[in-house]
Amino acid sequence: MGQTVIEKILAAHSRDEIAPGKIIWLGIDVRTARDFAGASVVKNFRRAFPGAKVDDPKKTFFTFDCNAPANTIAYAQNQQACRVFAREQGIRVYDVDWGIGSHVLLEEGLALPGATVVGTDSHLNVLGAVGAFGQGMGDVDIAYVFRTGRTWFEVPPTMKVVLHGRYEFPTTAKDLTLAVVGRLGARGALGRAVEVTGSAADALDLAGRITLASMATEMGAIIAFLPPSDEAMEFARAASGRDDLAYPVPDPDAAYEETVELDVTGLRPKISAPPNPENVHDVADLEGEPVQTIVVGSCTNGRYEDIRLVAEILKGKRVAPGVVLKVSPATRRAWGRLLKEGWLEVLYDAGAVVSHPACAGCAEGQIGMTGEGEVQLSTGNRNFPGKQGKGPTYLCSPATAAASALTGTITSPERL
Amino acid sequence: MRPTVVTGRPWLIADEAGKLIDDIDTDQIYHNAHLAITDPKEMARYAFGNLKGWEDFPKKARPGDVLFVGENFGAGSSRQHAVDCFLALGIVAIVGRSFGAIYRRNAINSGLPLLLLPDMPVARLRDLPQVTVNLETGEIQGPDGEKVVRAEPMSRVALDIYRAGSLLKLGAR
Repeated sequence: MGQTVIEKILAAHSRDEIAPGKIIWLGIDVRTARDFAGASVVKNFRRAFPGAKVDDPKKTFFTFDCNAPANTIAYAQNQQACRVFAREQGIRVYDVDWGIGSHVLLEEGLALPGATVVGTDSHLNVLGAVGAFGQGMGDVDIAYVFRTGRTWFEVPPTMKVVLHGRYEFPTTAKDLTLAVVGRLGARGALGRAVEVTGSAADALDLAGRITLASMATEMGAIIAFLPPSDEAMEFARAASGRDDLAYPVPDPDAAYEETVELDVTGLRPKISAPPNPENVHDVADLEGEPVQTIVVGSCTNGRYEDIRLVAEILKGKRVAPGVVLKVSPATRRAWGRLLKEGWLEVLYDAGAVVSHPACAGCAEGQIGMTGEGEVQLSTGNRNFPGKQGKGPTYLCSPATAAASALTGTITSPERL
Repeated sequence: MRPTVVTGRPWLIADEAGKLIDDIDTDQIYHNAHLAITDPKEMARYAFGNLKGWEDFPKKARPGDVLFVGENFGAGSSRQHAVDCFLALGIVAIVGRSFGAIYRRNAINSGLPLLLLPDMPVARLRDLPQVTVNLETGEIQGPDGEKVVRAEPMSRVALDIYRAGSLLKLGAR
């Protein structure tokens, strides 16, 4: 019997028999903790392994992105606890000036095709965009991984999602992603690895692959893997300086628990209405709803390409009165490129406020939260009640966010 | 080294009609009103404190007891308390038709043996005053050593962690 992508990656990092449902010991290439739960990892480590060293400081990292820079004393204390531990152990800290940890791991060439990566971020599976196995875990698990370089994992079954056809701009990768979330629902891929294939998946650029992979969590999946692409491989080679990388691909006779097929020809821009990501509609059906706050950023849509698209749409125009447009690039590198190429100036002239590179609205309101009745559009991945404040949150693409910023109401980018 | 063959009284976590209760979530196992407690010994008295008909379980349980549970046991939140409260009572194993995914991870990390037994012989188990469970083979025997049923054995990984006491104790070796 052939192996799926997840089975291939696990087999390359384990001596145990690989089959769905089997619990295996798994070697971990990259071990991380962020400012959320990082301090608990440190506490667990100190209590359980007093005086001990981490397994390999060169493979161990802290990434601060939830509350960056810290604007509560509790977060400041937690970040400092991580820094002190890192100094003792010789661990690299990607501090509050770096941006979203999962994206930093990609840019720094640490999360590579075929690698195993764990951390305290439930969206670490975004790394499936480059064929890496990323997985969020709790603070006990991560403390153990820091100490030993391995953890246990139950081999998940794999399902396949085949995306046929093609769509035209202004429909984008986020709309495709929301269409898949709407089709599968919050439990459609529960406990499974997903392999996304088909012409519409092959056509995605790296930014689009990241968007789709990032919302695997919202489908209940362990991870979603995107097919290999020259761009993703070139990116990984350039970031790591390595030319021996191989993108994991499934065997032709690999076994899939289920296959879901979706024809996305003519797909229109999509939006998730409150109260959950699977509540997906055509943007055109919700047009006219007044909006007060628009957030562009997050691990789902905070890439350079996402923010540049918003700037291109807003160029020479003004955000509608009564709307606050907040932009938070995913990383410092994205932020710097947008700055140097003039896109941040375009956003400033249009009336936007550009914030620090970090998790944007999704975590602890790094870019602010909403009050009751304050309607928010976000390019993020979750709109559960209360997550980003008291107001309702809609999830949409950067293009829909920009089109709506110009009108002050939910507006399809098809009108641009 | 902890024993891999355990003997104790079986408890069928069932409703008034004698049917195993499915989907017992972590709030029924250990209510969120007591989440601030960090000492496992104190958690013992809240086990099943929010499960109808089982509120007095901590008074009746004895070290060595084995639980038999229905589908999706431990659904819901990630709270470790829902595992630790049983360890504090001295429960030596939970045999279930199925378990919530996070509960399973937490139980393995804490060294609480969970065994899968989709086809649970409820009537047979009810009549037994005592059971012996072999964690390595899954074999479940009655008081006279008679074979009752075979559950799925614990995985090697789960046994490694169980023998060490917990995931962190294994890491401390």
